[in-house]
Amino acid sequence: MNSLKLDENQLIENFEAKLAKNEMIEPKDWMPDQYRKHLIRQISQHAHSEIIGMQPEGNWITRAPSMRRKMVLLAKVQDEAGHGLYLYSAAESMGISREEMLDQLHTGAAKYSSIFNYPTLTWADMGAIGWLVDGAAIMNQVMLQRTSYGPYARAMVRICKEESFHQRQGYEIMNVLASGSAEQKEMAQDALNRWWWPSLMMFGPRDEESPNSAQAIKWKIKRETNDQLRQRFVNQTVSQVEKIGLVVPDKAIKWNEAKNGYDFGEINWDEFWTVVKGNGPCNKARIAAKIKSHEEGAWVREAANAHAEKNNKTKAA
Amino acid sequence: MNDSQGILWEVFIQSKPGQPHKHAGSVHAHDNEMALQNARDLYCRRSEGTNLWVVPASAIVASSPEDIGPFFETSNDKVYRHPTFYSVPEGITHM
Repeated sequence: MNSLKLDENQLIENFEAKLAKNEMIEPKDWMPDQYRKHLIRQISQHAHSEIIGMQPEGNWITRAPSMRRKMVLLAKVQDEAGHGLYLYSAAESMGISREEMLDQLHTGAAKYSSIFNYPTLTWADMGAIGWLVDGAAIMNQVMLQRTSYGPYARAMVRICKEESFHQRQGYEIMNVLASGSAEQKEMAQDALNRWWWPSLMMFGPRDEESPNSAQAIKWKIKRETNDQLRQRFVNQTVSQVEKIGLVVPDKAIKWNEAKNGYDFGEINWDEFWTVVKGNGPCNKARIAAKIKSHEEGAWVREAANAHAEKNNKTKAA
Repeated sequence: MNDSQGILWEVFIQSKPGQPHKHAGSVHAHDNEMALQNARDLYCRRSEGTNLWVVPASAIVASSPEDIGPFFETSNDKVYRHPTFYSVPEGITHM
């Protein structure tokens, strides 16, 4: 079938022509090695983030303040597991195995979003995470629905549809606390204070410090830059903070008519890089918990394998 | 090899009775039964479906992207397979 043997230059030309027409790249299409590498890294780390992201919220399932909140939190954490699995499948379509990706996570070769290396100290953190962390993630994921790799884009469409309740339930928690007793309001403000800056960090380094960004935009993997997305997040979140009577923990926040957006203070980039490099408050605990659950689940996989093999033999006989 | 995550299955969902099954994504499982259950848990958490198919990914035979021209072109020159190829007198309806 492969009668047309094209040379490398022609293949690149075809690939770029496809991108120029906004056509999606599919698993069996030819693609440059660097494109494949970039996406395997990005999609697998996105998947790892969903999986590790179950831990900070899972921490509060047994202590949710009501049955309603507990059901909602369970459903949300279950969604995160599902999102991780969609993304692992999308990455697998580029030729990396599930086992390989898990191994990279467990050994620290692959990263995940730094936001999940912060602890969840109070119930209000469940509100702040749903509202701000999922809010920032949605901003990024809405853009990625138009990413150039088909399986990744389709996973994003499904994820965005499911995420829409995550942010609302978080904001609801914050709103209820903020309009409760003085103590409850203080708890909400404290959670906002701790999660605000890490949420802004979720968009990654500033554009001029982000060497992979230009290439990602050229390949239409990303459609907007880190700073553009961060700015939009601040613009839409400030009024949500004010609406429930809380205060943005940034003295530099100021509406700027000229740019039709908010000016905001400088992110603590030393903290950002410290957490990225593995020295945040919970990096070690998160990976240790992940490895523990993987090892404790080994007997289930062994049993499932043995069961499948036995059934295959019975059928063959 | 005991630590295997199972094989890859492709999942097809029928969203309503009478509708065709549509590809939703993939899932890992060790056997038929587990594949169906995992597919339900992963792709039908919000009443997305009335029926599910799971197929081992290795069982799917696909045409390759390079074939887009030669493989499908036999149908491109048969315009007479489309109703717009034929002319009918003005005023004729229900046809």
